[in-house]
Amino acid sequence: MSAPAFRTAVVPYFQVHQPFRLRRYTYFDIGVDGRWFDDAENERIVRRVAERCYVPTNALLRRLVDETEGRFRCAFSVSGTAIEQMERWAPDALEGFVALARTGCVEVLGETSHHSLAFLADDAEFRAQVADQAARVERVFGRRPTAFRNTELVIDEHVARTVEDLGFVALLGEGSDGLLGWRSPARVYGVEGCERLRLLLRHYRLSDDIAFRFSNRAWDQWPLTAEKFARSLAALPADDVVVNLFMDYETFGEHQWKETGIFDFLHAMPGAVLADPRFAFRTPTEVATAAAPSARLPIPHPISWADAERDLGAWLGNAMQRAANLALYALLPVVRQSGRADLHAAWRRLSTSDHLYYMFTKRTSDGDVHEHFSPYATPHDAFIAFMNVLDDLEQRAAAAVADATVAAAPPASRVVATATPAPAPARAPDHLARPMPPPPVAPTPGAATPSTRSRRRVPRGG
Amino acid sequence: MRVLMLGWEFPPHISGGLGTACLGLTRGLAKVGVDVTFVVPKAFGDEDRGATRILGCNEVPVEVDDEDDGTRGPAAAGAARRRVVAVDSALLPYLSAEQYAARLAALEREAADEERATAPPPAPAPVENPDKARRVSVAKRPLSFAGFYGPDLMAEVERYAKVVEQVARTEAFDVVHAHDWMTYPAAIRAARASGKPLVVHVHACEYDRSGEHVNPAIVAIERAGLEAADRVVAVSHFTAGIVARRYGVPAAKLRVVHNAVTRREQREGWHVEKPAGAPVVLFLGRVTFQKGPVYFLEAAARVVRVMPHVRFVMSGSGDMLPAMVERAAAMGLARHVRFTGFLAGADVERMFALADLYVMPSVSEPFGISPLEAMAQDVPVIVSRQSGVAEVLTSALKVDFWDVADLANKIVAVLRRPALREALTTGGRVEVEGMRWEARAAQLAALYDEVAA
Repeated sequence: MSAPAFRTAVVPYFQVHQPFRLRRYTYFDIGVDGRWFDDAENERIVRRVAERCYVPTNALLRRLVDETEGRFRCAFSVSGTAIEQMERWAPDALEGFVALARTGCVEVLGETSHHSLAFLADDAEFRAQVADQAARVERVFGRRPTAFRNTELVIDEHVARTVEDLGFVALLGEGSDGLLGWRSPARVYGVEGCERLRLLLRHYRLSDDIAFRFSNRAWDQWPLTAEKFARSLAALPADDVVVNLFMDYETFGEHQWKETGIFDFLHAMPGAVLADPRFAFRTPTEVATAAAPSARLPIPHPISWADAERDLGAWLGNAMQRAANLALYALLPVVRQSGRADLHAAWRRLSTSDHLYYMFTKRTSDGDVHEHFSPYATPHDAFIAFMNVLDDLEQRAAAAVADATVAAAPPASRVVATATPAPAPARAPDHLARPMPPPPVAPTPGAATPSTRSRRRVPRGG
Repeated sequence: MRVLMLGWEFPPHISGGLGTACLGLTRGLAKVGVDVTFVVPKAFGDEDRGATRILGCNEVPVEVDDEDDGTRGPAAAGAARRRVVAVDSALLPYLSAEQYAARLAALEREAADEERATAPPPAPAPVENPDKARRVSVAKRPLSFAGFYGPDLMAEVERYAKVVEQVARTEAFDVVHAHDWMTYPAAIRAARASGKPLVVHVHACEYDRSGEHVNPAIVAIERAGLEAADRVVAVSHFTAGIVARRYGVPAAKLRVVHNAVTRREQREGWHVEKPAGAPVVLFLGRVTFQKGPVYFLEAAARVVRVMPHVRFVMSGSGDMLPAMVERAAAMGLARHVRFTGFLAGADVERMFALADLYVMPSVSEPFGISPLEAMAQDVPVIVSRQSGVAEVLTSALKVDFWDVADLANKIVAVLRRPALREALTTGGRVEVEGMRWEARAAQLAALYDEVAA
């Protein structure tokens, strides 16, 4: 095992996501106002994040690929909603991602098109969103994804079997203590009930050194330098085969501001790591196809990368969140039945997990993290707006169904469309907010601290 | 640590937050080992309380109640005492000058009736025989010579101050602590007479009560009290901001001690049959400008458009009540809005038990204890952001008082979404449990140490 030629793969993966935030939609807007999404706010935020994070970090990574002559490699997952927002409001950021993908050193992962928790409630919708995103990734970045990352890194055996069935070779997950027990996250695993699928688990300590602790002056390792980070890697057991550094892309420039020195760190890190011949950068699919699994892990319960508990509590932990999620999926059959692509696309935007996340109420140290990244003043406000929008969507879908029924002999194509809850066409009509003119540019008065997006993980341990 | 406290004591269910807060704080202080001599203006003969002694202060009858309510732990036994000194006075914490005049007339009438009914004891009452009849009679007698000062609120405040000054000369204490403007002149005199530091506690100021139409005489008294004080305690950051802005109190002197809630022993007491399908939205408080009753009606008008079966109940009295009754009728809300008038004691609890939602749309609310009482009875609450209590609550919906569209939206949301209701009530219960007067008293005790050092 410990032959001198042995190399440890370092796998950086960055998550890029933006949700479509809702307006403060009131009960009195139901049936009256079809503008649910706060376009002005969403545009403002994606532009800000593009400026602070996406554009400069893309440029930096592009340089790193050149400077290391392709030895620096990494992966991205870019949610469908983030791609759509960048297409509309930040094309320069999207171009940077496309340029990175073209280098051949950067892998783009698969996920659900709308950063949803569809796998929990509706298998057909989950598969449809995954297919939709795969088509989108192929269209935008030129390659179909082969490795899969589920929303908030949630994995269980059901997810694993489904994505294997859909043709993925690798699945990314959280290296949680509860899942691994005595095992190391620095191995490639299989999953109980799967044949070929490889599981790559996040090394949370080293990942959070960068994502969470980088600017924490109370941390005994502050300030983190590339050399110090490389020494941490070198201190890992000699037979470790993979170090998975998974984090939000917004770590660079948004969560950790430029002034913290995060860009200097990122610039210097690959060189420092590669100085030790033991290490090489790899992408998830490269690792999955090269390594044999050291064990098949049972994953009976969903595991996420959120909070200290690594469970689904951040999205479905309280009564409001569960009620909202239940109401959302209860609406799906009606939306399908309506045969209206625009309503289904709107429903999908509501399926984005961030909407549930804003309703989180737990008051702990984690609670602060959630609050900071919510566009609402309180979780109750988030629930109120979301439920009102659902009511409006329900009315519109029901009206469409009624119209279809009244039109006694619908054309054959309509019948087919309503009868089968088929996956959405490869290019789902995205521009659902179009039926109405865009809202006035004036920002919502009294808007709370805007969110860049949900930030989730809380570090634990050293 | 011994404190001479000039405050207000009323059974917590009758008055607003001021009496409740004083009661909670003094009980809490006893638990943290602070010795409190509590001087209260006393307009009624309070028959329920077992007075143990009556002290004479020159010609002024003063009633002292050594209280041992069993709340002290064994460790504190003997260490902390809470004595209540009642000073006969027609002062009430929420009185305006006009209301005071009316109240005084009523009390004088009563005293006259009683004098006719009982055997006439000679005017300068001897104190060696403190039986019940005498106590009542003594309690009302000074009003007969209150006329000496004129039926005027400011004069009564002044008279009260003179009495307290007497008390201050005979009592031993380390700090003077006064609650709201009517006690400030007394507190200033007590501090001057004793040379002890002064702590002034702002539960509300004239700008909260009257908006921009302030009574300059009251503002002047408030300003004098705040200036004389060594420390100013505000019941919220909201109030601290007003005190700093309007009265120029420097931040170094200002502290915030939030109010808390008194736990009810028999919470299960009220089982009420609610009519199905007719949810009740409750306003409970003084019907005055400060409490924002207008916004309650405006929101009601919007809500009944989409939920015509909802009942809105306005409980309380106040100078704006007649106008509100007329306005509700003019808005076409006669079928939807009910007015109960002033509620006290058990009726308040019964009203909360009947309510599906409590709304406090105050224009300017220094703290606002009643939402906590509603939450303690599992009633969800909506409070205005212009209230101090909004600072300490997370399981409550918050609105700007003027935003009636938002208020209506949230009222509908609570009534229509069971999950929201559950989140608010279960979260609210936990929060209210955590708000203890002992913790607030501990903050005060630290403050006393600071100024007495």
